[in-house]
Amino acid sequence: MKIAFKLAFRNLIGAGLRTWLNVIVLSFSFVVIIWMKGILVGWDHQAKNDMEQWEIGKGQFWHKQYDPYDAFTITDSHASIPSEFKPEIERGKMVPMLFAQGTIYPQGRMQPAMIKGIPASQTLLKIPTHQLDSETDAIPAIIGEVMARSSHLEKGSRVVLRWRDSKGTFDAAEIEIVDVFSTTVPTIDVAQVWINLETMQEKLLLPEQATLFSFANAEENRSTVGDFSLKTKKDLTAEIDAMIKTKNAGQSVFYVILLLLAMLAIFDTQILSIFRRQKEIGTYVALGYTRQQVVALFTVEGAMHAVLAAALAAVYGIPFFIWQAKVGFTVPMDTSEFGMSVAPVMYPIYSMGLILTTTLIVLLTTSVVSYWPARRIAKMNPTEALRGKIQ
Amino acid sequence: MENSAIIQINQLIKRFPIGKGEFTALKGINLNFGTGEFAGLIGPSGSGKTTLLNIIGSLDMPTEGEAIVLGKSISKLSAKESAKLRKESLGFIFQSYNLLQVHTVFENVEFPLLLLDYTTPERKKMVMDALEWVGLTDKVKSKPPQLSGGECQRVAIARAMVKKPSLVLADEPTANLDAANSHNILQTMQNLNRELKTTFIFATHDEKVIGYLKRKIFLKDGLVDHEEWITQ
Repeated sequence: MKIAFKLAFRNLIGAGLRTWLNVIVLSFSFVVIIWMKGILVGWDHQAKNDMEQWEIGKGQFWHKQYDPYDAFTITDSHASIPSEFKPEIERGKMVPMLFAQGTIYPQGRMQPAMIKGIPASQTLLKIPTHQLDSETDAIPAIIGEVMARSSHLEKGSRVVLRWRDSKGTFDAAEIEIVDVFSTTVPTIDVAQVWINLETMQEKLLLPEQATLFSFANAEENRSTVGDFSLKTKKDLTAEIDAMIKTKNAGQSVFYVILLLLAMLAIFDTQILSIFRRQKEIGTYVALGYTRQQVVALFTVEGAMHAVLAAALAAVYGIPFFIWQAKVGFTVPMDTSEFGMSVAPVMYPIYSMGLILTTTLIVLLTTSVVSYWPARRIAKMNPTEALRGKIQ
Repeated sequence: MENSAIIQINQLIKRFPIGKGEFTALKGINLNFGTGEFAGLIGPSGSGKTTLLNIIGSLDMPTEGEAIVLGKSISKLSAKESAKLRKESLGFIFQSYNLLQVHTVFENVEFPLLLLDYTTPERKKMVMDALEWVGLTDKVKSKPPQLSGGECQRVAIARAMVKKPSLVLADEPTANLDAANSHNILQTMQNLNRELKTTFIFATHDEKVIGYLKRKIFLKDGLVDHEEWITQ
C-alpha cells in the first residue's frame, strides 16, 4: 500500500494542471464547509451566551400560567415572590420580573407593548436597568433599539403608557425613555417597555408579585417552588438548538452541492484516466501488479486529491479562518427582525472535531468516487490494455 | 537449446471469441526454451507470435494445452500467482516502450524494484547499474517525453533488466526505431544476454532483429512452420 501511495502521489503531481484544478475545487469545498459550520457553531455560542447575559441568566422560574406565546395568560401569570427566593434576590443572584400588557401612544398612534418590571438595582442581566433610577417627573423607562425604531422613540422621548391593573381598571401615565439599549436578543427588545419593578407593582396593584425570575446559580438543586416552575437554560435555549438544527440541515444541501461539484470533477478525471491510461494499466499488470492492485492504485490516486486539497485548504484556509475569527462575518441584512438572537457580526468557532469530521467526510466521499470508475480496471484484459485498446 | 528448459510448451491452443464465432490464434504449439537463449518468434501479423509471447508472460491463458514457465503451469496460476511470476522472474519490452510518462527515467527503471523488497540504497544502485548497461546514466531525471525513441526503448530495456529476471519477453522492440537505434538496442540486449545469461524471446518480423537471433522460430497461421539455429 505504501508503494500505491508513492506511485499515486507521483502520478498526481505528474498530471499537473488537471490535478491542481480538481484540488483547488475540492479545497474550496473544504474551506467553505468548515467556515459555514464554524459560523453556525459561533452563532449557537453567541446566541446562547447573549441570552444568558441579557435575559435568562443560568435559568428561570416561570409562573405556572405564563406562556410567552399566549398573550391571554399574561394577566393571571403572577404570584407572590416565594420566601425561598428572597435571600437569593437580596444577594443579587436572582432577579424578579413582573409582566403586563399595555399600550403606548407614540405620535398619537396606538401601539401594543409588553410592560416589564425589573429591579433598577439588578446587575445579573446586562439590561441597563440602573437608568430606571433617573430623576424625571414621568415614569423612567428603557427600551431596545428595535422597539425605538418601530415606535419612533428615542432617548428623552415622552409617551403615554396605558395599562390595566389587577382590579381590571385602566390607568395611564407618561413615561420618559431614559435609555435606548442595544442588544442581539429580540425577546427583551421587540415591543417591550422596561420600567422599575416597584413602580410596576404599585401601578398594577400587585405588591411583592412577580411573573418570572432569572437566577445566576444553576448548580443548586432547584425544582418547582410554589407557583413557579423551573426552566433550565437548556429548556430556554431549545429554540436556538432547533433553529441551528434547521439551518444545519439547510446548509447540508449546500455542502452536498459543493461536494458534488468537486466529486464530479474527480469522477470525470478518473473516467478519463482509465480511458487514456490503458497502456499504463497494462504496463502495471505486466510489471507485476494484479488488476486489483491497479484498482487500488487508481483509487488511492483519486482519494489523494482529498489529501492534497486538505493541504492546500490549510495553506489559504487557516489564515482565512483566523482572520474571520478575529473580524467576524457581518450579516448582510437586518438581524433584528429574525425573532431570535442574531448578532450583526457573527464570529465563527472552529473545533478540532469539526475539522476532522469534514476531512473524513471529504476523504471518504472522494475515495468512493475514485473507486467507482476504477472498478472497470478489474474487468480489463491486460493484453488489450498494453496495446492501448479502449475496452 | 543451450541449457535446461525453462519454458515448455505442449500442444498449446489459444482461441479468441469473435462475435458469435471463434478465432484460433495458436493451433497446437510445441516448443521448449532453455536458459540463456536469444530466440525469436518470427512471422507476419496474425501468425500468433504476440499471443504466444503473452501466454509465456502469463498475461493471457491458454485455451488448451500447457505452457510451463520457470516450472509453473500458466493455466493453473491464480491472478496473484501470475502477478508474482511477472514481478519476480519476467521482464517485458514493448513496441511502444510503455514507459510511465509522468515518471522520470530513474523512477521508471525503479518501478519493478518497488514491487520487490529492496531497500532504497539497493534500489538506487540497481537502477544506476541498469542505466549504465544501456548508457543512460546522464538521463536519470529526464521524463519520457524528453527522450528520443531509441532512448525510450533503452529505458524500457533497463526497466526489464533491472531486477535481473530469468526471462525477458520483447514484443517488436524495434518497430518504432530507425536502423541505427535498432542495432544499438539489439547490441545492448545481446550483451546483456551474454553477460547475465538472461533468456530473451522476441516476437518480430523485423529483419534487423532476425539478424541478431541465435534461434529463429517461424510461425505461420498459429503453428510452428520451421526453426533455424545459428551457431557461432
